[in-house]
Amino acid sequence: MHWEYLLNNYEEAVAMILFGIGFSNLLLQKNLIKKIIGLNIMDTAVYLFLALKGYISGRKAPVVVDGVTRAEAYINPIPSGLVLTGIVVSVSVTALMLSLTIRLYRRYHTLDLDEITTRLKREGK
Amino acid sequence: MAFVQNFPFMSILLSLFSGPLCSVLDGKWARRVNTAVIAVIGIMSAFVLKHVSAGQPYVYRMGHFSAPWGNEIRVGTLEAFMACFFCAVMLLCMLGGIRERAAQIEEGKQNLYYVMVNLLLCSLLALIYTNDLFTAYVFVEINTISACGLIMIRQTGRTFEAATRYMIMSLLGSGLLLLGICHLYAVTGHLLMSNIKEQVQVITATGQYHISLMVALGLMSVGLAIKSALYPFHAWLPDAYGYSTLSSSAILSSLVSKGYIFLLIKIFYRVVGIQAVRESKVVNVLFVFGIAGMIMGSLSAIKEENLKRMIAYSSVAQIGYIYMGLGLATDAGAIASLYHVLSHAATKSLLFVAAAGLAQASGGSDRYGDITGAGFRNRLAGVAFTVGSLSMVGMPVFSGFISKLLFARAAVGHAHKMLPTVIALAVSTILNAVYFMKTVIRIYTIRPVEPGREGENSGSGGTGRQSTGGIGAVSAIEVAEAEILSKETGRTVRLLEEPAKAAALVCFILLNLILGLNSDPIVRLIQGGIEMFE
Repeated sequence: MHWEYLLNNYEEAVAMILFGIGFSNLLLQKNLIKKIIGLNIMDTAVYLFLALKGYISGRKAPVVVDGVTRAEAYINPIPSGLVLTGIVVSVSVTALMLSLTIRLYRRYHTLDLDEITTRLKREGK
Repeated sequence: MAFVQNFPFMSILLSLFSGPLCSVLDGKWARRVNTAVIAVIGIMSAFVLKHVSAGQPYVYRMGHFSAPWGNEIRVGTLEAFMACFFCAVMLLCMLGGIRERAAQIEEGKQNLYYVMVNLLLCSLLALIYTNDLFTAYVFVEINTISACGLIMIRQTGRTFEAATRYMIMSLLGSGLLLLGICHLYAVTGHLLMSNIKEQVQVITATGQYHISLMVALGLMSVGLAIKSALYPFHAWLPDAYGYSTLSSSAILSSLVSKGYIFLLIKIFYRVVGIQAVRESKVVNVLFVFGIAGMIMGSLSAIKEENLKRMIAYSSVAQIGYIYMGLGLATDAGAIASLYHVLSHAATKSLLFVAAAGLAQASGGSDRYGDITGAGFRNRLAGVAFTVGSLSMVGMPVFSGFISKLLFARAAVGHAHKMLPTVIALAVSTILNAVYFMKTVIRIYTIRPVEPGREGENSGSGGTGRQSTGGIGAVSAIEVAEAEILSKETGRTVRLLEEPAKAAALVCFILLNLILGLNSDPIVRLIQGGIEMFE
């Protein structure tokens, strides 16, 4: 094992750990709101990873000021663009999940998905 | 540049913009617009298919930015054929479910359904055509959201629960897919499929970043496998397919999961390269879970008491077949998988529409006990269900036979996976036969009625019950039971009572027969398309 890789790239390691936390929350939590929080942690971890991949130390954000047009002066802007697109996707998906949660809560007065399932089975519909 | 070459881009835009258009129309007009859009896109795709099959595959630059920067659409024969086929199946699914949609979707929300269908078509087309991985991710999410809308448009507790479970599993899948794409981008520095493939070849030649590449491949495969309901991730599927409205179940089972599978095949061939995929262990995982899905899906289907849910569980088994073919990681395996994508799309939507027809003839119930003899009450649906069942079991003449033949043929040449594949095919065929033939026999069994009462329609059944009740003490329970029975006996559905559904069933049967009897040109086309991927 090359532990020094992990130390040198600790930001990426943090992003992956966050992804794991979000993923397992989305998968294992019973409470729908906690699931949605897990979803957001997971997506944000990916954006952190992407933003890290685009950052080159010592360079600036790719906004042309003072007439500097050399590519070497700026960081890679594509991952930032991907992060923005990803945020849009994540917001719309979160909105959809929240609206579903509201619908389920109004009907069953609980946020526990498993309880809703057992109740549905008991109703036999 | 020929004008035809614009068609793929135009069809994506057309379906995208007809979505918002449908949101301001009323239900009837939205339906017309939707039908017209699907038909026009199908015809346009046929023209594209004719154009590419005569010449070379081509790349369409969006906004004329060239390769490493711009976004691209790539069109080969396979892409054009898939687009054309998906449009045809979607049109028939929409046609078959008109009555169910009218009954099950809240008044005033009909047009929203067509918004979702148009967006779904748009995302499917984009998944088929795109040459850019991140665009693919965005459209995967659009696909998920619109599919969720299709499930929850019928507003019951069951569909909300199913839609929530569907969203959760899909989001897990797309999270993994996105992470995989990010890893791949970090390693190769590109997002366009062709550029990534060049870089991957350089990387594998120098032996760098092997682990990162495998991690990326694994994440993308597992993500898309979760989204297309490969066996251990299928828990959401029976509810989602079983309780949503007919067109939704048919479209979800035959098209939505297939879009993801097509994307995965594209990733294998056009992004990572089939050579690297073959050497990785990821395909073995897909192979094992595919086989597990074939067996377990069928076992669950045998235990199921509800017709629609049984067909849904059968989908789990059929997705297992497709992943087993991909797991072979040979060209023959991929061809068999793609053929099964077509065959399953044609057959499963046929089964859903036919099952709805049978339920219609049985007082709206699709429980096992109620559909006894339904094949006599709704003859066309009975015949269609039998055709679909025979095709799923793998009878010659029908499409399922050809895909099983192709799977077996692909397995025979394989060094390690031949025996498990062939055994799994045999076992799964028997299991398929158990639950499909059980159903076919049931729909062609005459319901046992009281002596002297041969009539099958609800009127005579009801009077029969009342007269026997009149002899003894008429308790409330007995009356209620008589009512239930008379409802259960169902009614005869005349052949042309619902011309749209009849037409859809006939077209589906024809599609099945075309796939089953005329398979050689289609297999050649798929083969040519896969060669064009390189």
